[in-house]
Amino acid sequence: MDWTSNLQGLAGGILIGISATWLMTTLGRIAGISGIAGTLVTTRPKGDSAWRAAFLVGLVTGPAVLVLAGGGLGNVAGQPNEVIGDPAGGVILMLIAGLLVGVGTGLGSGCTSGHGVCGLSRLSPRSMAATVTFLLSAMATVYITRYVIGGGA
Amino acid sequence: MRTLMAYAAGLLFGLGLAISGMTDPARVLGFLDIAGEWDPTLAFVLGGAVLTTFIGYRLVLRRSSPFFGDKFQLPTKRELDGRLLGGAALFGIGWGLSGYCPGPAIASVAGLTMPLVAMLVAMIGGWWLAKRFSGSR
Repeated sequence: MDWTSNLQGLAGGILIGISATWLMTTLGRIAGISGIAGTLVTTRPKGDSAWRAAFLVGLVTGPAVLVLAGGGLGNVAGQPNEVIGDPAGGVILMLIAGLLVGVGTGLGSGCTSGHGVCGLSRLSPRSMAATVTFLLSAMATVYITRYVIGGGA
Repeated sequence: MRTLMAYAAGLLFGLGLAISGMTDPARVLGFLDIAGEWDPTLAFVLGGAVLTTFIGYRLVLRRSSPFFGDKFQLPTKRELDGRLLGGAALFGIGWGLSGYCPGPAIASVAGLTMPLVAMLVAMIGGWWLAKRFSGSR
């Protein structure tokens, strides 16, 4: 076990939890990224967009600050001084994956943050079902791409 | 003030994703690859986040309203329908192909690459499609 990376995971997770609690305390909102961003780009609701944009700017500046600070606090596998890891595939694969992530989180009303973090914390049955479903689906996808199609590579 | 509060929340969220290593698709895929050399990091991230939020929500939701809003806006739907589970299943395929879920994909903009641009553009396209599909029913 790589305890440094696990502890960084735990510390980062706690920060995410503080963020979710903060957003609920101040604005009364769920910290679900697909909901915050998806609603902003598709609906742009009047009087309900500025906070969404501000949240997303914060989401981008957080890691950017760590990159500018030299990257020592990052947790990229095998590269202790990197904050942002390389994409796992090329443009075509990402177009397919992005479309599935967008359509899926749009229809399923949430992603890893909305269902996974906030929903599980509220003990929501819908979020529990969604989280189990997307975890199993993602694990099956990785298994198929790496061991069935990829031949164990 | 609402904008500033939301910015602070986003900043914390982004720092959390970066410090935990979730801005690295290899870490995420390493967790999802249960047949390979399993990387448990994501379990620590999700565990830490859920535990903190569980306690945080319990304290906060005792109040009658948020500091800068009229009321707490919590989801009210209860039923487990095909849209929820089908959407989650599709999302899982995309997540498993790329190692990106929406948060890390957006948070990784500081290390922008062409594949990430493709991911983000397609994701926004996907949100549009989902909205059109939902609206037409």
